Amino acid sequence: MQKDFVEYTYDRVIFTEEMRKEYTIIAPTMLPLHFTLLGEVFRRHGYNMVMLDNEEKSAVDTGVCYVHNDACYPAICVIGQLMEALLSGKYDVHKTAVLITQTGGGCRASNYISMLRKALARAGLEFVPILSLNIAGLEKQPGFRLDLPIIKELMQCVLYGDLLMSLRNQCLVREVHKGETEALTEKWLADLSDMMARGQKYKDVKATMYRIAADYAKIERGPEVVRVGIVGEIYVKYSPLGNNKLERFMHREGAETVVPGLLDFCFYCVYNNVLDNRLYGMRRYSKTVWKIASKYLMDKKRDMIAAAESAGFFMTSSYEHLLEIADRYGIVGMGMKMGEGWLLATEMLELCSMGVKNIVCTQPFGCLPNHIVGKGMMRPVKEAFPEANIVAIDYDPGASRINQDNRLKLMLANAKL
Amino acid sequence: MSWKDKLKTFAAQYPGMLIGMDIGSTTAKIVVIDDGEIVWQKYERHFSQVRTKAVELVEEALPAIGDKEFYVAISGSAGLGLAKAAGAAFVQEVFATGGAVEVLEPETDVVVELGGEDAKLIFFRGGMDERMNGSCAGGTGAFIDQMATLLSVSVEELDELSLNSTRIYPIASRCGVFAKSDIQPLLNQGARKEDIAVSIYQAVVDQTIAGLAQGRRIEGHVMFLGGPLHYCRGLRNRFRESLKLSDEDAVFPEYGRFAVAMGAAFYAARQKAGRCDAQQLLAALRKAAAAQPPMARANPLFASRAEYEEFLSRHAGAGAESVIPSQYEGPAYLGIDCGSTTTKLVLITDDGKLLFSFYGPNRANPADVVKEQLLRIYGEVVTPSQGRIHIAGSAVTGYGEDLIRTAFHLDSGLVETMAHYAAARFFDPEVDFIIDIGGQDMKCLSIKNNAIDSIILNEACSSGCGSFIETFAKALGYPIAEFARLGLFAEHPVDLGSRCTVFMNSSVKQAQKDGADVTQISAGLSQSIVKNALYKVLRVKRAEDIGRHIVVQGGTFLNDAVLRSFELEIGAEVTRPQIAGLMGAFGAALHAKALGLEKSSVLDPEQTAAFSQTSKSITCGGCTNHCPITVMKFSDGSRFVSGNKCDKGGLAAIGSANKPRELPNIYRYKREKLTALAESCRDTGFGAAGRYTIGLPMSLGMFELAPLWHAIFSKLGFRLMMTGFSDKKLYAKGQYTIPSDTACYPAKLMHGHVRLLAKQGADAVFYPCLTYNILEDNEGDNNYNCPVVAYYSEVLSGNMDLGGGCRFIYPYLNINDDKVLASGLYDCLSAEFPDAGMTLSAVRSAVRAGKKAYSDWMKDIRSEGLKALEYARSNGLDIIVLCGRPYHVDSGICQGMDQLAESLGYVVVSEDCVADIESPVHTVVINQWIYHARLYNAAKYVSLHDDCQLVQLVSFGCGLDAITTDEVRSILEANGKLYTQIKIDEISNLGAARIRLRSMAGALEEQRSAKGLR
Repeated sequence: MQKDFVEYTYDRVIFTEEMRKEYTIIAPTMLPLHFTLLGEVFRRHGYNMVMLDNEEKSAVDTGVCYVHNDACYPAICVIGQLMEALLSGKYDVHKTAVLITQTGGGCRASNYISMLRKALARAGLEFVPILSLNIAGLEKQPGFRLDLPIIKELMQCVLYGDLLMSLRNQCLVREVHKGETEALTEKWLADLSDMMARGQKYKDVKATMYRIAADYAKIERGPEVVRVGIVGEIYVKYSPLGNNKLERFMHREGAETVVPGLLDFCFYCVYNNVLDNRLYGMRRYSKTVWKIASKYLMDKKRDMIAAAESAGFFMTSSYEHLLEIADRYGIVGMGMKMGEGWLLATEMLELCSMGVKNIVCTQPFGCLPNHIVGKGMMRPVKEAFPEANIVAIDYDPGASRINQDNRLKLMLANAKL
Repeated sequence: MSWKDKLKTFAAQYPGMLIGMDIGSTTAKIVVIDDGEIVWQKYERHFSQVRTKAVELVEEALPAIGDKEFYVAISGSAGLGLAKAAGAAFVQEVFATGGAVEVLEPETDVVVELGGEDAKLIFFRGGMDERMNGSCAGGTGAFIDQMATLLSVSVEELDELSLNSTRIYPIASRCGVFAKSDIQPLLNQGARKEDIAVSIYQAVVDQTIAGLAQGRRIEGHVMFLGGPLHYCRGLRNRFRESLKLSDEDAVFPEYGRFAVAMGAAFYAARQKAGRCDAQQLLAALRKAAAAQPPMARANPLFASRAEYEEFLSRHAGAGAESVIPSQYEGPAYLGIDCGSTTTKLVLITDDGKLLFSFYGPNRANPADVVKEQLLRIYGEVVTPSQGRIHIAGSAVTGYGEDLIRTAFHLDSGLVETMAHYAAARFFDPEVDFIIDIGGQDMKCLSIKNNAIDSIILNEACSSGCGSFIETFAKALGYPIAEFARLGLFAEHPVDLGSRCTVFMNSSVKQAQKDGADVTQISAGLSQSIVKNALYKVLRVKRAEDIGRHIVVQGGTFLNDAVLRSFELEIGAEVTRPQIAGLMGAFGAALHAKALGLEKSSVLDPEQTAAFSQTSKSITCGGCTNHCPITVMKFSDGSRFVSGNKCDKGGLAAIGSANKPRELPNIYRYKREKLTALAESCRDTGFGAAGRYTIGLPMSLGMFELAPLWHAIFSKLGFRLMMTGFSDKKLYAKGQYTIPSDTACYPAKLMHGHVRLLAKQGADAVFYPCLTYNILEDNEGDNNYNCPVVAYYSEVLSGNMDLGGGCRFIYPYLNINDDKVLASGLYDCLSAEFPDAGMTLSAVRSAVRAGKKAYSDWMKDIRSEGLKALEYARSNGLDIIVLCGRPYHVDSGICQGMDQLAESLGYVVVSEDCVADIESPVHTVVINQWIYHARLYNAAKYVSLHDDCQLVQLVSFGCGLDAITTDEVRSILEANGKLYTQIKIDEISNLGAARIRLRSMAGALEEQRSAKGLR
């Protein structure tokens, strides 16, 4: 009966040092502001990086054709965006590599890379090298290395991105002279791109953050409006492609959006390693490194808060405070580290405690971790803050926009009470 | 104070005329209030003509409005676009409902409102909270419509029926499509319509409670609003009884259908919105009606008439010849396809020509249809031939196979996939791909080396393809043929997406909102169904992936719009036999011919004429499944039993050749072991810890870790309590505390288990959070648990009030490291039970004992698995490796799949039994979950053994399986093995599973005979 086993396998395409010079690397965009800056850093370090800007529904349609239909929506969007670009004829597919992020966590997101691999094979593009952006040491490629200097510079982009995003949101809806905020954001994005392309010392970054805040403070603003926090699965929370331009919808409805930044997610990923040690006795040897990294991010966030507050702006809280909130309410264990884990539930609490009682919790339809930390935690959050007004919105390729809009409108109707 | 008085009171504050319009998904309503008096109201279906209907409503109201000025606001799910286009005030409908209740019935605690496709709950006490159905919970009004169509009755008749029911069948409550999959078999099995009607209502109620309440109880003064609750008395009864409401507390106001419209009027008054007169309002609405709004559009199906003519002539080619009975002499073969919504019959000659054919709805009673048509065959073909033609063989296929075969004494039955292949091969001997879209099912067969290579059936979530379009046509007021024809030349079909029908419903809603007309919707639906079939079910990427010789069939392809959409979508020409709708029956007839009989045993003309049936519902007592079964008695005394999950309980009468015999079945073995473990809880408890009872919920990871925790806690002296296997009742116990209705069924069952433990007096329920599972020697990339298994405790703790002094204990533990586990447990237990005398050293030694118990347990199961494999091999039996997760052994989760496989003659082992026999497999995906690593290794084992088949059980909503199923399939297919997947959920529909398993057996048989084996 015994016969030979045929291994179902693939040939991993190596991205060599030489390729780095002649290849274009395309990457999906999650946060337009941040990713513009990130692109500059990679280019500065010798990667010909292109952050994709195809953000129309056709990208999702392409994703549906190439990704398992039950896969999570972010996978469909991200891979769809990459595949659409590859198939567009705009790039020489034999001189193009694709970049994708990997968390290495216990949710499906770590497997986007294998879905992407299957999608490439299906399109006859199995020769396209795949690069993985992660800090877990997965999928190493000789021609693509994340060393400490790059990581530090990427962190600077995240800082700038978060700050711009927050200040822009605080001005956009309330600006008296229409268009002023967007113009300032464009200006700063261009200036910062130049700075990132040249490289910057952290001391200068800090000073720049104060200048940015001061500039935004000059925008004349009308009376306060309803504030709506946006939390959720990281991709659909941020990506206009993933969330049907949720922020724009809110702004049109006259609401100010409060979107906790990308740095928070970085902190969460780093700090989980510290928690792994505390809870499970793991990472005995690396725990010091993780502690230092956590501390580093805590400091950066405090600097950003100081810069924003110096010009009278609001900023989500420091990580010390975030951890304290998680501890005080204890609605979800800190060991919950898949997907957005404890961070998501804690962000909802944090927003409520800062007076942002209206919250949209975005999630891809059928996102496993969000069953727990999103929908599963609404009741405990409401128990802690009875006046909280939270709506959960599901995103997937077939979800009709009207259903989403309807629910958002309902939330806003309550917010105006 | 009556509501009319309250309206007056409101008018005192807001005098004058107010108009509210509510444009829902299927109906439009208008209310005109003048100084607290309702002077006009109207409720009408808008048949997707949203904007014109709005104009009409106002025009009709003109006499009542006169030339007064008024405030007006629009509400409703389809009202937003209209309001925008007309520049009118819009108020979100739930908000409007809230406003109406505040004015008219302020003592209300909760409002339950069911609309055409929306379901809403509004809680007024303890912080106003509003819930609307999410994207998965299908419609309710539209759902009831659809179900009525399925039963061939009107909505009023459905209600009438429900009032005379005697029992309630469990029908899946999550979404309409699921429920339909439950109802269909019941219908085919002959369950009483009265009982089905009431079960449909119960499903709606359950859906509202489970899907919307999300952890909040619906109690106090409850008001029920919306069309369906206005019209359906049976539905009201179900709500009243299920929520245990007194007559005073269940309020069904006479203005129920107009509450939203009235709320909109109140809103307009308060906001002083939309002040105008009738002519101004009409002008704005007419302008909106005239405006062509932007909308996602697809290309037309046919660019020109000529293209259509060419299409028609191309498809005229593939036909089955008919012969006139008077010109034929010889044997004839009867084939019957008793499908989910239609019944088909053919009588063919020796060389495959048609003597007789019939295609028609089975009107919920296929046996009657078969009787009628069989009499016609005798009357029109056989008898007039005076002996020239005789029926030499007969066979039946389809959902109703067993029933019809027993009832009419047919010679043979075969699974429909095999029937379809036989038929397709007749028309195109080189056929390499068959796609069949029927009323309820979608089947795709790919053919390699003259044998079925793979079978794809639609999962429960996308079924209902053909009948869906029909229901839609009806809802929009067109017969199906007319509806399809309308779509052929639509210039701009709407783009409705490619997901399941529930999503399509809301996409249509969106299109209506945007002003699409019926031709555009018809064409869009055809394209949608095709996309659904291709991308959702088949998951094809390119036409060449599916084959070169494609045969399409099934009733749905008789619709030219669907056929055309299919060709356009895959960019290739296909063969549609003219008897596309009869292919199953035709294949059955070919099969009957292949039997090589002289004379068929089918009932003769007299017996057929005398045929009658009676049916009775009982609960089977054969085993703990307690299946609700239906027993049918036929006039000749034979019996047919259906609804059972196994062949026990004297059910060999099914007529299957597989006599019930007990074969090795590891699923059963595991269940017996767990039952024994649960019983041994009686003997636990001593010393200081003995005063506490710890409850272990038998769910999710507990199925495997129970021996670990059992040993640890009993060693420490705690008294233990474990729940048993789950069933619907247990599910219902915790149903109302489920916050996310799209979590997997095994997770949702947790709520019931925990509730049960608390009720039985446990002091604490223990289900720890385990990010990591016990590391196995499989060289995986990581050893995670899935997020649900790992952290579901967080949901339970956040959403359940256990009450009665019962607490929930769920520490984060690392079970891989004995020391860390012991100290984590010690910290937790000594804090929770300070007087239980815990010491670290005692916990340490308990942990050691627990680890030993766990590893003994696992070893024992593996060795039992090896014994089963040996048994199979020494007895020449085939083996099914039934792959799932540990919790799939729960009889309430696996729905008797293992017993079904056993009854088909397979030895059943689980994935963990074979996972460590071969060296670990290398995967393309990141192999990071323990349970899933076993699947991949099991796939390798199966690949290496000809006598093994792999069947993968998948829980609906399990996101991780999007990854594992692809990988397992790829491993198997690289080795030329069949891949079979069964999706399971709360639906107890064995029909589809049976088709899969039998198709697998049939395909295997063909493959083997093609290879010359056996």
